[in-house]
Amino acid sequence: MLEKALTGNRTYWTWMFFLLAIIGAGAACWFWQFRTGLTVTGLSRDVVWGLYIAQFTFLVGVAASAVMVVLPYYLHNYKAFGKMTILGEFLAIAAVIMCMLFIFVDMGRPDRIFNVFLHPTPHSMMFWDTVALGGYLVLNILISRVSLSCERRGEPPPKWIKPIIILSIPWAVSIHTVTAFLYAGLAARPFWMTAILAPRFLASAFAAGPALLILLALIVRRLTTFDPGKEAIQKLAEIVTYAMLLNVFFVAMELFTALYSDIPEHVLHFQFLFMGLEGNNTLAPWMWLSVVLAVVALVILVNPSTRRSETTLVVGCIAVFGSLWIDKGLGMVIAGFIPSPLGKVTQYSPTAPELTISLAIYAIGILIVTGLYKIALEVRGQMKTEP
Amino acid sequence: MDGNRRDFLKLAGLTALGATGASSINATTAAASTVESQAEASTGGVRLGMVIDLRKFSKNDALIERCIEACHAAHNVPDFGDDAKNEVKWIWSEDFETAFHSQEFHYIREDLKGKPTLLLCNHCNNPPCTRVCPTQATWKREADGIVMMDWHRCIGCRYCVVACPYGSRSFNWKDPRPAIDEITPDYPTRMRGVVEKCTFCEERISRGLEPACVEACSNDEIVFGNLNDPDSKVRQLLAERMAIRRKSGLGTQPEVYYIIDDPRTLQETAPAAVVEVAEGGDHA
Amino acid sequence: MYDAGKIIVGIVVFVVLATSPLWFNALTEATPEAPKLTLPTNGSTECVEATGYMRASHMDLLNQWREQVVRTGQRDYVSSSSGKVFDMSLSRTCMDCHSNKADFCDACHTYMAVSPYCWDCHVEPKGAN
Repeated sequence: MLEKALTGNRTYWTWMFFLLAIIGAGAACWFWQFRTGLTVTGLSRDVVWGLYIAQFTFLVGVAASAVMVVLPYYLHNYKAFGKMTILGEFLAIAAVIMCMLFIFVDMGRPDRIFNVFLHPTPHSMMFWDTVALGGYLVLNILISRVSLSCERRGEPPPKWIKPIIILSIPWAVSIHTVTAFLYAGLAARPFWMTAILAPRFLASAFAAGPALLILLALIVRRLTTFDPGKEAIQKLAEIVTYAMLLNVFFVAMELFTALYSDIPEHVLHFQFLFMGLEGNNTLAPWMWLSVVLAVVALVILVNPSTRRSETTLVVGCIAVFGSLWIDKGLGMVIAGFIPSPLGKVTQYSPTAPELTISLAIYAIGILIVTGLYKIALEVRGQMKTEP
Repeated sequence: MDGNRRDFLKLAGLTALGATGASSINATTAAASTVESQAEASTGGVRLGMVIDLRKFSKNDALIERCIEACHAAHNVPDFGDDAKNEVKWIWSEDFETAFHSQEFHYIREDLKGKPTLLLCNHCNNPPCTRVCPTQATWKREADGIVMMDWHRCIGCRYCVVACPYGSRSFNWKDPRPAIDEITPDYPTRMRGVVEKCTFCEERISRGLEPACVEACSNDEIVFGNLNDPDSKVRQLLAERMAIRRKSGLGTQPEVYYIIDDPRTLQETAPAAVVEVAEGGDHA
Repeated sequence: MYDAGKIIVGIVVFVVLATSPLWFNALTEATPEAPKLTLPTNGSTECVEATGYMRASHMDLLNQWREQVVRTGQRDYVSSSSGKVFDMSLSRTCMDCHSNKADFCDACHTYMAVSPYCWDCHVEPKGAN
């Protein structure tokens, strides 16, 4: 089936080569980083994780969010999601691959990556995260491949795949829970040491992921004859609305606990995020933008008329995605390091090679999504014929 | 000092780790393991720890530099100068208030206020860093409690750096060799991309030597020994004096103790008690 | 199978190219001279194990030493050939005798086209020439 991604019109190939060019630039930067060391990034002794690990965390959420179409369709037999599930699963595959790449580029000794499997360590959350992500990738590849081949042959999917699909639902929840456990069990980092981290991760994932899926479905509808159906889009929009409300609620809980208790080691991280500390306020404008976007998103999404209008819904989805990307893909990880356990404030901003490598990994993800979506649509005969 | 040395050599025997290369190996190992089993029966094994006397250090600012220098030279720790972004350190100094960041010290004695304080890996009894390592490249050695690093195995994920509440771990952001003034050939350097930290000089204690920072001291400013042995010098000091540990509330059980009291006060209020302790030693 | 002809031709071309160094050497009979090693000059005549074993398996022994010293803290190695005890240390024991890295280690490693990373961290003795 993969060969269907290797044929296409001029626009398709222009797009693919554009992505490949970014990937090439990123690969060159990564090679330089590999030879020189992670000193080419903006990371330092105090801020030891940054953009890479933050993107990893955010994208685990995108991967997990496929469950928001899989669950209603398979568990509740919600037929309207029939056409969407494959898009969700393919998005999950691309997101997991991006996660793995972000971990890989963050490693000091990528040449020793197999040590994780040679010396498996159950007391390390990172070990479990590797297991969870790897398993989730295999599950999604298997499920989407089997169901798409059956669709091509016009057969119903085999019976044995159903339990595997059901297994993928709790598995999706587990990947983001374990990712939250990477952070939430560290006595050294009070900012992350909160029981609500995993629920908050899941809520933001189930808002940002489906918001992205709505946008992708609308783009695909525009480029091809594929139509996800109005009901499916609206149902997803409701899911995004509830998840976003929950996420904002969870953030408010965090703020209450930290600010009302007034324990400095909890308050200071939030102070850094929204006001800056010791003159370092690199993240403050971003965080306020995130707040504004969240408010815009909720106004659009909660109001039924604006949620039902596709034009405003698109704005709402972009706002949700943008707000949560800033919150999780920038603020969450970096603020954990500022101030440091010794109370020091260290400036961190990603460098050009760091940004290029990150951009390239996103380009790889987009390339995978493009290719896989094309396969799915070819199988269904929904590609527009050449004009 | 001599007593200290004797205590220490006894301890080296107890650990039975590298039963002193010079003497007849087989005999020493056999003897040491007998001693070790006795020690284990009576005290529950060896638990290495360190006591740093801030009172003595407060009168000797140059000593801090000597300790750092001794350690970093012995272990080929690179010096990147003002380049804080790439900094690597095993033992370093912070002012007293920063060292004990989570405690708040107001209106404290003048000789402690802002005083340089030596910091190093605490070799916690319940280390959070080893718990998170995905490859067991860092682990607590059961025989003596040293938190070890395997630089051959470390994949450079830096999770241990994130998990350490004391800032004791450094990552090699770039090749450290060009930043080492003079390489000590006895000890390896590290390669870029791995995490490093103090190892309580396990390579020295296995050869019957004291840690480099302890050796740099002349007047028991730092005392090193077996915390499980009630007769050890570290235990005697902890029984007599007021010592604190960094962030003890986190449950990591750091095994580096800082003496903060002033022995003059002790002598003025209860001189008899001090003499008794010094002579009898049985006070635990 | 689609395009069977193209695929088979492609595989044949790949195999020929991939094995070209072997063909080249077989046809040109290029036999480089075996490396000449400089033996210890400090009067020592006996290695930790027999020469044949060391030649074939020194890397396994070093890996075993590394694991023992770093992970178990055990530093004494009892030679299986002579029963003598040695300190398990690349720089203290091995390179105490084989102090000339360039004419001993490197000579063979270069010949075999292997580049072990031992000396990325471990330090070769000073003053060796």
